[in-house]
Amino acid sequence: MTSAASHSAPSGFLARRLQGLRVWWTMLVICLEERLVYRGDFVLGTLMRFLPIVTQVFLWTAVFGATSTGSIAGYSRNDIVAYYLLTMVSRAFSSMPGLASGIARSIRDGSIKKYLVQPVDYVGYLLAARIAHKLVYYAVATLPFAGVFLFCREYFPPIPDWTTLGAFLLSLVLSFLLGFFMEATLGMLGFWFLEVSSIVFAYMLVQYMLSGHMFPLDMLSGIPTGVAGVSVADVVRFLPFEYTAYFPAAVWLGKVQGAELVRSLLVEAAWVGVMIVACRVAWWRGTRRYSAFGG
Amino acid sequence: MTRYLSIFLTFARACLVRDMTFRANFVLECVTSLGWMAMNLAFYLLVFTFTPEIGLGTGWTKEPFFAFVATGMIINSIVQALFMPSAEELTEMVRTGGLDGILVQPLDAQFLLSMHRVDFSAFANGLVGVGLLCWAIPRLPQPPHPVAILLYPLLIACGVAILYSLVIMLAAATIHLGRNQSLYDFWFYLTNFSRYPAEIYSGPWGGPLRALCTFVIPILLVVNVPARVIAQPLTEQGGMMVAGTVFAAGAALVISRWVFQAALSKYRSASS
Repeated sequence: MTSAASHSAPSGFLARRLQGLRVWWTMLVICLEERLVYRGDFVLGTLMRFLPIVTQVFLWTAVFGATSTGSIAGYSRNDIVAYYLLTMVSRAFSSMPGLASGIARSIRDGSIKKYLVQPVDYVGYLLAARIAHKLVYYAVATLPFAGVFLFCREYFPPIPDWTTLGAFLLSLVLSFLLGFFMEATLGMLGFWFLEVSSIVFAYMLVQYMLSGHMFPLDMLSGIPTGVAGVSVADVVRFLPFEYTAYFPAAVWLGKVQGAELVRSLLVEAAWVGVMIVACRVAWWRGTRRYSAFGG
Repeated sequence: MTRYLSIFLTFARACLVRDMTFRANFVLECVTSLGWMAMNLAFYLLVFTFTPEIGLGTGWTKEPFFAFVATGMIINSIVQALFMPSAEELTEMVRTGGLDGILVQPLDAQFLLSMHRVDFSAFANGLVGVGLLCWAIPRLPQPPHPVAILLYPLLIACGVAILYSLVIMLAAATIHLGRNQSLYDFWFYLTNFSRYPAEIYSGPWGGPLRALCTFVIPILLVVNVPARVIAQPLTEQGGMMVAGTVFAAGAALVISRWVFQAALSKYRSASS
């Protein structure tokens, strides 16, 4: 009896794990198919993300052309171009278009209640959907990305060593998770505010500027805060935003190395942990105060 | 024409009443919109801590450049307020079949689809743009010529007309694609080219790009020409650019009308 139980327990556990994986796989396939329905829109949306880089390259070329110095905040003109291209890669992982507003909408219109009665974890479902979105995006974007990077290869420093490459990839994966859980938490504010579009827009503004998407954050080093010895860059470094754009690019360009690199990766992982907990707490508290009416 | 103006004013009044019904949301939208502008201005101020001008010898030093930025803000706010909300709705109308209801109305479909919604909060940026222009003009190295001051509103209207044409053509693409969620993004990215002085587009790649964005998709004329007229001395070349911009605006309106009508003829209802 004891022996039979000890044999069935692991197989039951395995079956449950397999069932869980099957559910995840099904969700992933459904989301992939959904993404591919409107292929034209998706391809258009993917390709045009390169357009702002073009203006940034010309803008900074003009800025460097008008200055006698060959370096701004430790960046040469080539570094700046490489930086913007690399932040494109970072943003390809960390940006979550429509995630927060989608969650808030499903809370507002009541469609979220189906996830409350189904044996499906809503956050897990959203994560699978987002992974599917990203997989399709990478499938479409890899070729244009490779083309642009090949075309602009002269702007880049030599390819970094394997350790740096590994750290770069790890920072990208963490930036995906950080971006996802930050936006999901934001969307769950819909349990309290119903309409969060203005909050989301305000978040996007702050995120755009403080993540380093707009310019390398090192440029803020010379801007004083009013507190002796503390620059705006020092304040920004205390926030999680830099890990969604600046940090992976800085890793590739060798701006963060050695012990500082390890410490920054650990801080990024810690931010991911904090945001996972925040997201779960928001979901748990939100669903307890949520009420839906109608059929 | 009077009938259409009267209908447009009715639409605008209805939108204003709706905006004022949700005043807190309206104020929040104004604030977030101004936040975006403030962020861009902060970026430009940051850039000017590293350089005295945008491009060597271009004349786009701090004050003229801020007059340029102000011009862009005014033009964009007009387009965002009057045309973008309607164009964005079109993308969903095509997918859901809501367009059918518009097509059976006894009004011009393009008018109805592009001007039935007004976003008054977008005018906030325009007001900031006017304020920024008022700050920049007295600080320009050379005060604007009286002719330039007269031409400026006309060129602003031309800029709006060119952007409106682009919005209409992008919205028309919705009918072919079935869904065009990226319409707003695409418009944002395209108008991104017009946010900086044309002189920055130089060199082996910049030259052809500048020609493309001037003569094929005249996006570089939208802000550059009115800003140049007001912020830099009038020259003979400037006069030609003014004439070119007026012509481009007229041509863009005609072409966009044709593209939109052609797209509508391909429309197949999505509703049951």
